[in-house]
Amino acid sequence: MTQDALSRMLAEKDWLMADGATGTTLFNMGLTSGEAPELWNVDQPDNIRALYQGAVDAGSDIFLTNSFGGTAARLKLHDAQSRVGELNRIAAELGREVADKAGRTVIVAGSMGPTGEIMEPMGPLSFDGAVEMFHEQAEALKAGGADVLWVETISAADEYKAAGRAAELAGMPWVGTMSFDTAGRTMMGVTSTDLAALVETIANPPLAFGANCGVGASDLLRTILGFAASGTERPIVAKGNAGIPKYVDGEIEYDGTPALMADYAQLARDCGARIIGGCCGTTPEHLRAMREALETRPKADTKPTLDEIVEKLGAFSSASDGTAHSCALHPPKQRERRGRRRRPE
Amino acid sequence: MADEEDDIILSELDDEELVLQMHDDLYDGLKDEIEEGTQILLGRGWAPYKVLTEALVSGMKVVGDDFRDGILFVPEVLLAANAMKAGMAILKPLLAETGAPTIGRVVIGTVKGDIHDIGQNLVTMMMEGAGFEVKNIGINNPVEDYIAALEEFDADFLGMSALLTTTMPYMKVVIDTLVEEGKRDKYIVLVGGAPLNEEFGKAIGADAYCRDAAVAVETAKALIARKHNQIGA
Repeated sequence: MTQDALSRMLAEKDWLMADGATGTTLFNMGLTSGEAPELWNVDQPDNIRALYQGAVDAGSDIFLTNSFGGTAARLKLHDAQSRVGELNRIAAELGREVADKAGRTVIVAGSMGPTGEIMEPMGPLSFDGAVEMFHEQAEALKAGGADVLWVETISAADEYKAAGRAAELAGMPWVGTMSFDTAGRTMMGVTSTDLAALVETIANPPLAFGANCGVGASDLLRTILGFAASGTERPIVAKGNAGIPKYVDGEIEYDGTPALMADYAQLARDCGARIIGGCCGTTPEHLRAMREALETRPKADTKPTLDEIVEKLGAFSSASDGTAHSCALHPPKQRERRGRRRRPE
Repeated sequence: MADEEDDIILSELDDEELVLQMHDDLYDGLKDEIEEGTQILLGRGWAPYKVLTEALVSGMKVVGDDFRDGILFVPEVLLAANAMKAGMAILKPLLAETGAPTIGRVVIGTVKGDIHDIGQNLVTMMMEGAGFEVKNIGINNPVEDYIAALEEFDADFLGMSALLTTTMPYMKVVIDTLVEEGKRDKYIVLVGGAPLNEEFGKAIGADAYCRDAAVAVETAKALIARKHNQIGA
């Protein structure tokens, strides 16, 4: 069996650079908030080509397609749930077009974001329902020529597994990252240690796993250290935001400079990440600085300490991230239960 | 299968034991047990409002506190809120009959331009779990829709959510419009969403920024109590 393009590239190189922001970049091109970015695949294809080209020109080895909200559940909010096949396929086709004339290998990663629905038993979405929606999207991204599926910003373990199952049904390799935005955990309480263990239990495991978005560059690297501490052999992905959004004179700005993101990229590699990119607020200018840092600065022999991360990138948003090594310093108090309890069954 | 020795027969517990057991069952998200316990207390002659406050709301407070302190996470909280709602469904018609006071009425929605709703859905579930009446008006709301819903629902609170840095400034548009129309003081305005912070909440003139759903519930309780005290004074 021929190996997929991402596996080949990972075998050849020590590290790869992914892309930056999709949403914030499109807003800068005039996307109105409230509009579905995916509709631009059809309505403004030149802007989508420019988005992809920006990442390629800045030196990205991998870029994500404009299909993050491309599941039926998300498109339904724009009454476009019947266009899942079309919008995702074109997202990938435009990507293929840009990648194939790059003059070097560039991976087209078919972005798949969360459904936005809460899964059973807490919410209404069944596991099979989630698989079905992801599968529909996955087939379309595959048809459009994506090299790999790229599942991101997930917060629930079951939703991550459902996306993996969908990739299996579509016969596609996949990468999956979660967003650790709640005191170092995902919204649904998953820690970096939990995710590292979870990926090894999946029948069709991802080629790489990791963290994207979340709070700031510092928090994201603490999460990467957590993955690395699990002893995983699987490539780790770091896609952090360009700092933290600040409200300045009625406008929102991300406070991360290209210089800060260059330090972030270097530290991400030192922490153990092999695929390094940005997320919200990360422009081609940031990406160029990151690429330069990764190419020109040597890789450290040892992983940075939490203190070194704080010194270079700023403070963490929370004292602990819920993993064993940080919990030793801040043990959570246990609730005292009354003696007996009823069983649910 | 239930272990005989572990099994507790709710109807055999005295009132005090039963209420404590219901707090545990809420914590564990056991919906059937909460429904049963609610019926038992009503059967023993408890006023619906007393069941609500002593068995359900105070049980949810423990859940909310542990969520705030990072001991529980969203999945457990949602299960608890579902169990609470099952009890509420029994109490609601009875509360209406007896004219018991509601804790507060809330209109919540994501601002114009923003299509994210998971956060406000969590807040809705937790607020309902704490006994508030909530009207969730969904995503992408222009200021007119907020104001129409506030008036129609006779709300005490306006909750606004934004998950995008590009849409959060719209919260100020809504608040400014309320001020212009002389309606700002009628409502307690709470704002939340991943990119927000306290400084932003203050800058736009909200009453409070709420970091998460548990904080939203606590803040709402504290602010409505203060408002009632002011009216009483």
